Amino acid sequence: MEAGDPMNKALLGKQYPAPDTFEVGREHIRQFAEAIGDTNPVHRDPAAARAAGHPDIIAPPTFLHGLGFRFPEPSPLTDPELGVDFSRIVHGEQAFDAHRPVVAGDVLSMVTTITGIRDAGKNELLVTETAITDQDGKPVATLTATLVSRGTAAQEAAS
Amino acid sequence: MTSAPPTAASAEVGTQLPELVATITRLDLIKYAGASGDYNVIHWSQRIATAVGLPGVIAHGMLTMAVAARVVTDWVGDSARVEHYSVRFSAPVPVPDDDRGIDVTLRGVVEEKLPDGRVRVAITATIGEGTTVLSAATAIVRLD
Repeated sequence: MEAGDPMNKALLGKQYPAPDTFEVGREHIRQFAEAIGDTNPVHRDPAAARAAGHPDIIAPPTFLHGLGFRFPEPSPLTDPELGVDFSRIVHGEQAFDAHRPVVAGDVLSMVTTITGIRDAGKNELLVTETAITDQDGKPVATLTATLVSRGTAAQEAAS
Repeated sequence: MTSAPPTAASAEVGTQLPELVATITRLDLIKYAGASGDYNVIHWSQRIATAVGLPGVIAHGMLTMAVAARVVTDWVGDSARVEHYSVRFSAPVPVPDDDRGIDVTLRGVVEEKLPDGRVRVAITATIGEGTTVLSAATAIVRLD
């Protein structure tokens, strides 16, 4: 792949709040659990979830990644100031840190922050942290994504 | 599950989690696209996937990550016990257009005991003859 333009490192720390809240529905949790083949009743049956100490059915750990698809903008990936070439982007790493499980009925807010832009050989790495909070403003989880931008590291002057 | 749930006392460094073989079919990709909202075309169009240099339609990395978590959540019995989960996507998972799909073999081993009844589990996810599709896959879970 030919070299591309580097990302704008001045945008380190820029925040991208989602334009609306995300309401977590029971059927959506059930649909997600079905899609990943998870048959645990805590994701399907409110009585089983309550027996396990939860107020309602809970979402599997990676459910929250879908919020980014619900609110594709604003996002670092579509921010013209950052200058990402989406065709060069590969999802390199993903992490979830949970403060509590996501429960049906939650009304979640999301803010994504650019926490890293650095070179890795010919590639650049874009690191984003997405903080998810609940209806009381309390933290639910933090998602950390490392995206590889292939071939966009600043090139040494041709010798 | 047939075995008793693990406890902080019973889990030792080196404890193996029950192996899980998860099959991913084209239908699973459609289900995951709908459930997650990830409609990236390389996960459903053979035409586009091959045009961009992939071996064919590949699974969503996040589907593989979600399926791999089951080796841990099946073991602990409740995903609310998962405090941390991280992976590196190291190879694509090609999903054939047949009735069989592709098997992903998932294993876990307790790598470290942490304070407050928590343990760190290392997860491996392989396809075919042992190709690693997730590397550095780690979960931290809270046990009783």
